[in-house]
Amino acid sequence: MSENVYIIGAGIHPFGRTDARSGREQGVYAVREAMADAGLEWSDIECAYGGSAAAGNADIMVNELGLTSLPFTNVANGCATGGSALASAQMAIASGMYDLALATGFDKHPRGSFNASPADYGLPEWYGQTGMMLTTQFFALKIQRYMQLHGISRTTLGRVAEKAFRNGAKTPHAWRRSEIDLDTIMNAPMINDPLTKFMFCSPAEGGVALILASEKKMKELGAHGVKIAKIAVKTRPPDSFEVFQAGVSVKEGGKPTVLASQAAFEGAGIGPQDIDVAQLQDTESGAEIMHMAENGFCADGDQEKWLAEGVTEIDGKLPVNTDGGCLACGEPIGASGLRQVYENVEQLRGRAGERQVPNDPKTAYSHVYGAPGLSAVAILER
Amino acid sequence: MAVLAPIDSKLWSDDAEPHLMGGRKPDGQIVFPMPQGDAAQDVEPYKLSRHGKLWSWTSQDFLPKTPYEGRGSGPEEGPPDFVPFLLGYVELPGEVIVETYIAHAKLDDLTLGMDMEFCIVPFNDTHTTFAYRPAGTGA
Repeated sequence: MSENVYIIGAGIHPFGRTDARSGREQGVYAVREAMADAGLEWSDIECAYGGSAAAGNADIMVNELGLTSLPFTNVANGCATGGSALASAQMAIASGMYDLALATGFDKHPRGSFNASPADYGLPEWYGQTGMMLTTQFFALKIQRYMQLHGISRTTLGRVAEKAFRNGAKTPHAWRRSEIDLDTIMNAPMINDPLTKFMFCSPAEGGVALILASEKKMKELGAHGVKIAKIAVKTRPPDSFEVFQAGVSVKEGGKPTVLASQAAFEGAGIGPQDIDVAQLQDTESGAEIMHMAENGFCADGDQEKWLAEGVTEIDGKLPVNTDGGCLACGEPIGASGLRQVYENVEQLRGRAGERQVPNDPKTAYSHVYGAPGLSAVAILER
Repeated sequence: MAVLAPIDSKLWSDDAEPHLMGGRKPDGQIVFPMPQGDAAQDVEPYKLSRHGKLWSWTSQDFLPKTPYEGRGSGPEEGPPDFVPFLLGYVELPGEVIVETYIAHAKLDDLTLGMDMEFCIVPFNDTHTTFAYRPAGTGA
């Protein structure tokens, strides 16, 4: 029987652009915030897991944090780096081997869209040479078909972005902190039809750290933690449709998000109707819409009504992306998934300030998706 | 004007009416592109259908970063030289859904499931690439 695991400390370095700090320094900042939150010293931490996609190895952080000889494992899992670090830290404690663990992620990307090398993904050179290997295109192609099949309008895409900036304006760690009206969003330059400039997140910078503890350790410290009910990480099943696929199976396959979501709900012993607040991967507006259904919160097509009626607003029945998500915070790949968990920890502890959901949340859900087709879901309970 | 070379010499067949080249796995599954290296073992080259149905589409409205080699990517060029293009997925019934340029069409012309046909189009000053275009729009 594995042990219950709790998050007893959470820290964040504001997302966006911080020219004066490297990605790793932003990570160190977040770790210090998390330790202060938990009332711990670096020497108390027994093991650590962390990573970045473009800002170096996390284990170098010991130079700044202290040479305590703790085992520090680098995690490199693309967009799921944070989720995988969290899952590893949880397993370290659940196994009974450790009582206090750190999960951290940070990043710092150049401006503009991500560019990928075909060879790194086992793809032929022509795919990149002809300009077909862009993550933004995948999301546009996925939502374009989804809109045709399930009656989602362009206005609904705009409403997702409008909500993100409205929530970001209330969030100290967000990058985009000004509201943007629906007309401006809809009439902004097109990036990949049907998605305009304000419907996409941008690569960014930031750092997040979470401190995990066993139940015994939490009680010993007198800390009030948030319980990790279940974490599930799933890679893609056969015949799925993912980013960077020049060919897709004519058989309709499964989806990694659906698999991770089902496994997380099953492990937590609750269902989508029991969730009080959710952070869903929203690298662009269409992703939030599709992920609402893939994570089991609504049927395909219901999003049109949900967005129009404000169901996913902070004061709605199911608040989604309460800190503005990737759209308002930007996407530092290594930190992004942990930001969602940080936000849920703050919401469950009632410490989210202006953006606090008013329904006295007991359960929170986070979901991250990334190349080459993997999803991580974490359900927290208080 | 010099003759343009294919962007990849094995990407489509050299028939008078060329076919995009995929692969057939031992279990009969059709894949695109043809796998490379060890992954190509036991995969037979397979001529994909020249006709299919539009599965999804989008526009590329900004200059892609490297390794993009189309207009706007040259040493003396930049975003103003870039020419936006259309791309999408075309379902080749019973075979595979392929990602492709969409030629001879405007965004507003495109509808889910419309008939598409294979063609070769100029890509940059030196190369051609493949595309699918709405059926019946060929020269």
